[in-house]
Amino acid sequence: MADATFKILRFDPDSGKGPYFQAFRVPLENKGLTVLDGLNHILENIDGSLAFRSSCRAAVCGSCAMHINGKHRLACNTQVSSLNTQSITIRPLAHLEVEKDLCVNMDQFWEKYELVRPYLVPGSPPPEKERIQSQEDREELNVVIDCIQCGCCYSACPVTLSSKEYLGPAALLKIDRFVSDSRDGAHVQRIEQADGPYGVWRCHNVFACQCCPKELDPPRSIAHVKRRLMRRRLLGGGK
Amino acid sequence: MGVFVHICRDSGLQYWDVILGGNLMPYHDVLVIGGGLAGLRAAIAVNEMNASVGVISKVHPLRSHSVAAQGGVNAPLGNHPRGGHDSWKKLAYDTVKGSDFLADQDAVIKMATEAASRIHEIEHWGCPFSRTEEGKIAQRPFGGAGFPRTCYASDTIGHALLNTAYEQTVRFKQAAERRELAIYPEWLVLALVREGDECQGVVAMELKSGKLEVFGSGAVIFATGGSGRIYANTSNALINTGIGMAVPYWAGVPLKDMEFEQFHPTTLLGKNILVTEGARGEGGFLLNSKGERFLANYPDSQKAMEVAPRDIVSRNITREILDGRGFEGGGGYVHLDLRHLGREKIMERLHGIRTICLEFAGVDPITDLIPIQPGHHYTMGGISCNTACETGLHGLYAAGEVACVSVHGANRLGGNSLLETLVFGKIAGENAAKYVQGKGAAGKIGKAHERALKKTEEKIEGLLTRENGEDAASIKKEMTEVMAKKVGVFREERCLAEALACIKELRVRFKDVALRHRGRGWNLSLQMALELEGSLDVADAVAAGALSREESRGSHFRTDFPKRDDEKWLKHTLAFYSEDGARLQYCDVRPGPVRLEERKY
Repeated sequence: MADATFKILRFDPDSGKGPYFQAFRVPLENKGLTVLDGLNHILENIDGSLAFRSSCRAAVCGSCAMHINGKHRLACNTQVSSLNTQSITIRPLAHLEVEKDLCVNMDQFWEKYELVRPYLVPGSPPPEKERIQSQEDREELNVVIDCIQCGCCYSACPVTLSSKEYLGPAALLKIDRFVSDSRDGAHVQRIEQADGPYGVWRCHNVFACQCCPKELDPPRSIAHVKRRLMRRRLLGGGK
Repeated sequence: MGVFVHICRDSGLQYWDVILGGNLMPYHDVLVIGGGLAGLRAAIAVNEMNASVGVISKVHPLRSHSVAAQGGVNAPLGNHPRGGHDSWKKLAYDTVKGSDFLADQDAVIKMATEAASRIHEIEHWGCPFSRTEEGKIAQRPFGGAGFPRTCYASDTIGHALLNTAYEQTVRFKQAAERRELAIYPEWLVLALVREGDECQGVVAMELKSGKLEVFGSGAVIFATGGSGRIYANTSNALINTGIGMAVPYWAGVPLKDMEFEQFHPTTLLGKNILVTEGARGEGGFLLNSKGERFLANYPDSQKAMEVAPRDIVSRNITREILDGRGFEGGGGYVHLDLRHLGREKIMERLHGIRTICLEFAGVDPITDLIPIQPGHHYTMGGISCNTACETGLHGLYAAGEVACVSVHGANRLGGNSLLETLVFGKIAGENAAKYVQGKGAAGKIGKAHERALKKTEEKIEGLLTRENGEDAASIKKEMTEVMAKKVGVFREERCLAEALACIKELRVRFKDVALRHRGRGWNLSLQMALELEGSLDVADAVAAGALSREESRGSHFRTDFPKRDDEKWLKHTLAFYSEDGARLQYCDVRPGPVRLEERKY
């Protein structure tokens, strides 16, 4: 089979050189070859200085998010064959400071995660056994709990670039995760936080964040929180 | 906040000057190495005891391998219609029988009695478990379990538990009334600081900068997970290299029962990504090339069929493949059939598996058969410790997969690994905090720290300056392939001896490794070489233990000694590090109320 060409945006702050693209040839030995396999091939056989993050290689840990052929996605579950071209262009996640090559500094992403009180604030003291939650209530969580904090949505969003304080799609989805949980007792405080100047209203409905590798839908969560806010404003009180 | 250490490097000379009273280098009462489920649970326990804690993790905690757990976590809650008579005693019995009687029963009893509390606790913290019709935590049948007791969150329990535990560490971090809880993500621990028989900290490298620093502490808890990446065909994450086992091993702490490596029956053909036991627990079938449910043809699995324990099912699949009743290609495989479960059940309870099958094998379990083969999955052995998680070194604790308490003995039951992390993570954290408080004053910073730092810096400088030499990647490839081929599901003396000789040769060749890149920051080649040294020593302990143990027990099956031999081998293997490789000793198994019996399901 033919080789694929990986064009990778390289940058090493210690080198004194600006960022540049470098091309590598990767043999397409098996049809299941993923972009992550290709990066590992380059690292182990061609260029030992290449830097990228990876861990689970099964699309559950969120380490290897990067910009591949025009879209933010995970390297580990992107098969080269699915890209319908043998020319692969890879850049690091956008809007975040590059530490080296494909490794970006995720600090601001995690700061925003921590800002939204990303933990259950129980509405009642713990019972002896588990809290009861109906299957219907639990189903509400299906569309918000699978987030792997990979940063694809955050980097795809143009507002996170222009407004450093904007919470961004991932943190707003985390708010929705707890607002949707029948066991949480801080719904009001959570949506009030989302009502602030850097919350849901900062979203410009670009929908670029709809690139989630886990097929979550941040705009849906943002709309969900907005609806709750409006209901509260118009009808007052309650959840 | 304890003692602070100021470390400054003399730019001209290669030595480190340690000055007391500066303010650059943090000291924590307890350091937790590893940010997976056991490590985070330990950190929470330390902080709950009002001691300061630092978590040092090679990756961001949410990238830890705990996140990949799928099926569930065991606790005798009795929420399933068929689980009404379940109890901790029955969980303990199943665990001991599953372990092929190599587990220490006091440890098993501790785990079983605390199971329900730990599950309720993490539910109270917000873990999104699936629910029964009454709104209780849902439970499903799992291999080797007398009752359906595996609590699940669809088929992504690891993600649910790890996220919940991490959320709690954020809560603790933000709580003003508590002592410090700090997280150091992307720091690789390379050495222990050992003074006499006491552990006083670690040396770690920041991956981003390549900077080496010494961390001082009163106690250290290792919770770095398993060492699956010594095998080519493992379900483990790429990060599970075993370096976290090697670091205490190098410091003189023995590794226990390393020859017991779990092979999971159903890993996806090709990449060996896990396909949960829950798929069989929910009613999936295993089919050979004739379309037969072949487990009925083997006496040890004919009753329990697909929900027999993992060691048995893995052996029987391998036998089918070896006897020509599997499919050829990719090392041989059989089929897992979920089609009869129907779309609705698959989407509700196995949606993660469906995504994995679609993305990595191009098959849809709703309409297609899944090609699976046994693959390495779990390291039953690990850092030897007791039921208090104490190792032989004062102030050094271990919990989770990196540890061997031992609750899994010769074969772990599905759903028990997560339970172990929660139960023993808490115990390790509490005991480490008590130990530090018992010592009174904060740990001393001194010569031992300086020594450890200097030695590690020399090791790194050696790797970075060597001009010509072998490539680390080729040594890693040879190691992982020989382990997969010769220290696998079926073992025999000749193959094991060859594997051991090969590993010993690789250990020698490693001394001449040269790197492809000499920078310090984000140098993946350097990181790989540093970890490979640990992987090789762990692999050596596995092969040595396997060659020495002349019996078949649990996951360790010797075709030349196919019977369990309780008279000679009802004992734990202890591997001690030496320059020439593992030195083996043996110690007794702690018996208990469960009596020895033949293991059939």
